Amino acid sequence: MDMRTPLAQARGLGPAKSGGTSHWWAQRLTSLALVPLMLWFVVAVISLIGADHGAFVAWVSEPGTLLLLVLTIISLFYHLDQGMQVVVEDYIHGEAAKLTVLIAVKGFSYIGGIASLLAVLRVAFGS
Amino acid sequence: MSTDNTPQGIKNARPLSPHLQIYARQITSVLSILHRLMGIALSLGTVFLVYWLSAAAYGPEAFGRAQEFMGSWFGQLVLLGMTFALFYHLANGVRHLFWDAGIGFELPMLRATGIIVVVSSLGLTALTWIVAYLRAGIL
Ligand code: HEM
Repeated sequence: MDMRTPLAQARGLGPAKSGGTSHWWAQRLTSLALVPLMLWFVVAVISLIGADHGAFVAWVSEPGTLLLLVLTIISLFYHLDQGMQVVVEDYIHGEAAKLTVLIAVKGFSYIGGIASLLAVLRVAFGS
Repeated sequence: MSTDNTPQGIKNARPLSPHLQIYARQITSVLSILHRLMGIALSLGTVFLVYWLSAAAYGPEAFGRAQEFMGSWFGQLVLLGMTFALFYHLANGVRHLFWDAGIGFELPMLRATGIIVVVSSLGLTALTWIVAYLRAGIL
């Protein structure tokens, strides 16, 4: 027999388990940040068509570029991670399967994000 | 108070979620699922971003190969798909953000903004590739 009130038993379950409201806010804020950042990035990629390594290094080393790149990478992979989490939670049922796929998604987004950050930092500052 | 389990009571119950096989597709529902599909496609596509940036960190030779690969017909096909996916998801994402602010829920408005999303994402994709081809000296 559980001596807690029904409310106490329900609290902290469901979306609240993983911080429902803050998750929602973070998803909106990164969405908002991604609008200008991705538009900037598309323009940047066009300007880099046919660029050789030297031109790419020079571009990354321009003031502002590295900051924008880091902001883009962080917002992008954070947003993607949170977004894919919602998708997995919607479609994959059963705790074990859900947990397995969630770990794979986390691994994908964290490895991708960190690899991207390390790459641009290495280009900017040399090895 | 007893629950009414007669057929009439079941009929009066709240609607169930759409039954996919008999659900009539509408512009609103198609655009909605497309947002999710494009988000997933973009997420998978970041593999190419990671490859490109890592190649640059690796050195001139690796970066040259990456640039060549992204410029190949297959690379361009990937980039074309990602360009459309990005602009669609971005435009519809902005639509989502307005909804989150409580704006634009009336049906005529939903249709109009949906059409704006489709037209602007196609337009921005075309514009991007025209500028890119001009820049590459192909056009
Ligand atoms: C460029 C600006 C972007 C905006 C404005 C934006 C906006 C949004 C919004 C508002 C949602 C929540 C949708 C909902 O509540 O159902 C969302 C979901 C998502 N986004 Fe983005 N996004 C952007 C870029 C990206 C990028 C570049 C990626 C991937 C690389 C991405 C991946 C996802 C994923 C996987 C979801 C979850 C899909 C879902 O729940 O239906 N987004 N996005």
